[in-house]
Amino acid sequence: MSCDCHDTPFTRRLFLQRGVTLASSAATIPLFLQRSAFAMTNWDMALSFQPGVPEERILVVVQLAGGNDGLNTVVPYSLSQYYDARRSIAIPEREALALGSTGLGFHPKLAGLKSLYDEGLVSVVQGVGYPNPNRSHFKSMDIWHTADTAGTGRGWLGRYFDNECSGSPQPDIGVAVGSEAPLAMQGKQVRPVSFDNPDAFTWRAAEAHERLSDAYDDIVETPVPAGVSPDSSAAFLMRTALDARVTSDQVRRAVESRSSVNYPRTELANQLRMVAAMIRGGMATRVYYVTLSGFDTHAGQGAANGRHANQLAQVGDAMRAFVSDLKATGDDARTMTMIFSEFGRRVSQNASGGTDHGAAAPAFLIGPMVHPGVLGNHPSLTDLDQGDLKYGIDFRSLYTTVLDRWMGADARAVLGRRYSILKVIR
Amino acid sequence: MPMQTARPTASLNPITRADFGPDEARHLLWHAGFGGDPFDISTAIDLGPEDAVDRLLDVPGANGVDTSKFRGDIVREWTDAEEEQLRRARQRRNENTLARFREMRQEMQRNDRRQFAELQAWWLEVLATTAHPLQEKMTLFWHGHFATSYRGVENSYHLLLQNQLFREHAVGKFDTLLYGIVRDPAILAYLNNNRSNKREPNENLARELMELFSLGVGNYTERDIKEGARALTGYTFEGNQFVFRDEWHDDNTKNILGVRGPINGDDFVTAILRQPACARFLALKLYRFFVADVSDDPKQIPDNVTLVIGHMASALRRDRYDVKPVLRELFLSEHFYDPANMAGRIKSPVELIAGATRSLDLPVGFHIAMVRMLDAMGQELFRPPSVAGWDGGRSWINTSTIYARQNALALMLAGGRRNPQQRQQFAAGYDPRTVIPNGMTMSGDEFATAMLRHALGPIGDASNPIGAARLESLQEFLETIGPNFGREAAVGVIALITAMPEYQLC
Repeated sequence: MSCDCHDTPFTRRLFLQRGVTLASSAATIPLFLQRSAFAMTNWDMALSFQPGVPEERILVVVQLAGGNDGLNTVVPYSLSQYYDARRSIAIPEREALALGSTGLGFHPKLAGLKSLYDEGLVSVVQGVGYPNPNRSHFKSMDIWHTADTAGTGRGWLGRYFDNECSGSPQPDIGVAVGSEAPLAMQGKQVRPVSFDNPDAFTWRAAEAHERLSDAYDDIVETPVPAGVSPDSSAAFLMRTALDARVTSDQVRRAVESRSSVNYPRTELANQLRMVAAMIRGGMATRVYYVTLSGFDTHAGQGAANGRHANQLAQVGDAMRAFVSDLKATGDDARTMTMIFSEFGRRVSQNASGGTDHGAAAPAFLIGPMVHPGVLGNHPSLTDLDQGDLKYGIDFRSLYTTVLDRWMGADARAVLGRRYSILKVIR
Repeated sequence: MPMQTARPTASLNPITRADFGPDEARHLLWHAGFGGDPFDISTAIDLGPEDAVDRLLDVPGANGVDTSKFRGDIVREWTDAEEEQLRRARQRRNENTLARFREMRQEMQRNDRRQFAELQAWWLEVLATTAHPLQEKMTLFWHGHFATSYRGVENSYHLLLQNQLFREHAVGKFDTLLYGIVRDPAILAYLNNNRSNKREPNENLARELMELFSLGVGNYTERDIKEGARALTGYTFEGNQFVFRDEWHDDNTKNILGVRGPINGDDFVTAILRQPACARFLALKLYRFFVADVSDDPKQIPDNVTLVIGHMASALRRDRYDVKPVLRELFLSEHFYDPANMAGRIKSPVELIAGATRSLDLPVGFHIAMVRMLDAMGQELFRPPSVAGWDGGRSWINTSTIYARQNALALMLAGGRRNPQQRQQFAAGYDPRTVIPNGMTMSGDEFATAMLRHALGPIGDASNPIGAARLESLQEFLETIGPNFGREAAVGVIALITAMPEYQLC
């Protein structure tokens, strides 16, 4: 019924023993294994063919979960209405890190991001949103993840994976760091690999005895038995366990490698440190996904200091370390980072010194290949939609641009419609 | 023998005593509780379906658990005298006094985090050892439904109070719970209603009350949220008690869900309960929790299942939101025991841990290690990922959590202890052969066959394609062990069974 390459019998040990000669036994070996065997041998060549033009382009998605307050992230300090609406939580003009003469400034705790901006590595995309904004976290997050204003269906990156590897799912094409696998990466055939702690990304009981380890591999590598529906939960569990087994060694080896850069000791920095290690390790992964939660600042969000400020500091400082890590190994040119949140927050603050769910907000693209600067107009602070900013740029335009201009994919096939391309990638 | 493609019967007729065999009894224990060992299963068969279900439904009040070790005065507000002191210190910039207050606050928070860790371990132990598994399972259901996290509450005692509210009304009336929840200190803090006032109402509770607790998206408007937030102004707490602050409350006319008047928080709840969407919303959630992993989008649910859920919703309305009769009818129905619903659910991490403990007679060694494992599996107690709770079903499973599940069970088989010495003591004591009747006299092959059947249910039967493949792998393992099948080899067999992908199903 559905394409399921794991139905084909094979074992990982067989693969490891035979290495690249696998191609000859194509009838019984899933394509993705042949491909990764190929990738290992051709990796250097692929990169050296066209110096300066990164072939294996990588997208890193950083999700700010909970609804990041866009107005206190990219501060419109030149607008008096901003200060009227936010008596106790506005960022004073003198503290905002001005972005040239745009009248906008980064939050003072975004110094890390500002230094990247000054290097010409950041594109700020203003007023990103969608029509009839949904103010439920869950629905709005689903809308962003599915690129569908009904918020149903499969993930946009999952659909990209499905398109890219039609017929030969490659389990490590998408890797999510964290114990949750984001909806954005769930495709019909392809699901992301996710891991939280590399030490636990293996069956620990196997350490007890070699016989247990062999028996475990035997169980996990047994193909889905004939007569079990590929759509059943049992088959789904078997496929997931196999994906985990196949990628476990590779991921753990990559993440073990040391970085030459000092990362801050924060959750996001730790995640990005592992992403950089996997990129450096030459994994075939095209999309990495990390999430930082804690942006749902209904109460006591603070201004230049406080809860929201700490969140932003974590983002800016982690990004700065991540970019210099990539630079150190020359992986920066083939890596682009996109930072987004499911929505911004209400223009006016509430009684609890916080802000309620809003609508349009800025997104960020980071990397040497972006058109640096600020794109789009700042949404009006007076022409509002139920107290919220109106969007100027549809988030699917941003996706289209990333897919089409960065990943070299057919954005229309992935998103089902053509959206205009933004001038954010060189 | 394809699974889940067969349509389950829509019949809610009661299952006959003759049809209530070992597979049905096992199914009831897993789905309406946390599984059972072979002795529990044969007890249920002897009771017959009606008595077995009634025994599950017959639960004590919240005082059936011992909470005496938890203290309600660890986190407290400043007294009036202290507030005055603090105010003066701020005015005079008296840094020493301010620092002393800061330290006192930090000390409270440290102590409370310690109590919170105890609370998590305590509930997990209750879940795994309770004599009233359905009561705890429903308490877990309500915890996921009215999901409240320590992050944002930072008061372990308030979470205990909420947990006791759920336990008290575990199989009671949903309307009582909904009125109770808008007066619950933990949720008032978590959803920021505790400072909401008529000047600047906070919408968080009003929104989630309709979106997640009662009606579901699409059954209310943004305006209902804004006016509902006004209705809830002044609903706050002091210490461990709910208080209504008249001076904060907006008593002007509001329009909510078609009702007009000076609606307060309780009237808002009444208006919600009158909506037909409310019973449907609850019925679907109960169905997904107890029967099978169907979509949470009603449009994608098979017709026969829609019929069953529709019937449950009417029953809820008829019985004025009394949950007990609805569950009784469901647990006795032919639909519940349909082969299409056997092994049709992915166990939640709590079900996995509590269920393994009960069904494999594992000695209980719960403490921080197991709570950490729950976190790695995506279900830390009292710390749901968001107010939407846990999605359940296939969302439990990814490459990260599947290892976490397999490792949690491996850790439990090793005694759940990190200290190697303790682990050895444990390992010397646990013999899985005692779980299976006559297990001590079985050959390796016989034991593997019987344990596979017990642990996986019907899909672990040698006549099932999965059971057959798994038995073959176990036999190969046993061959490497040689002819002397003993306790250690039996532990190996059980470790492998719990690592099988389909062990995640119930």
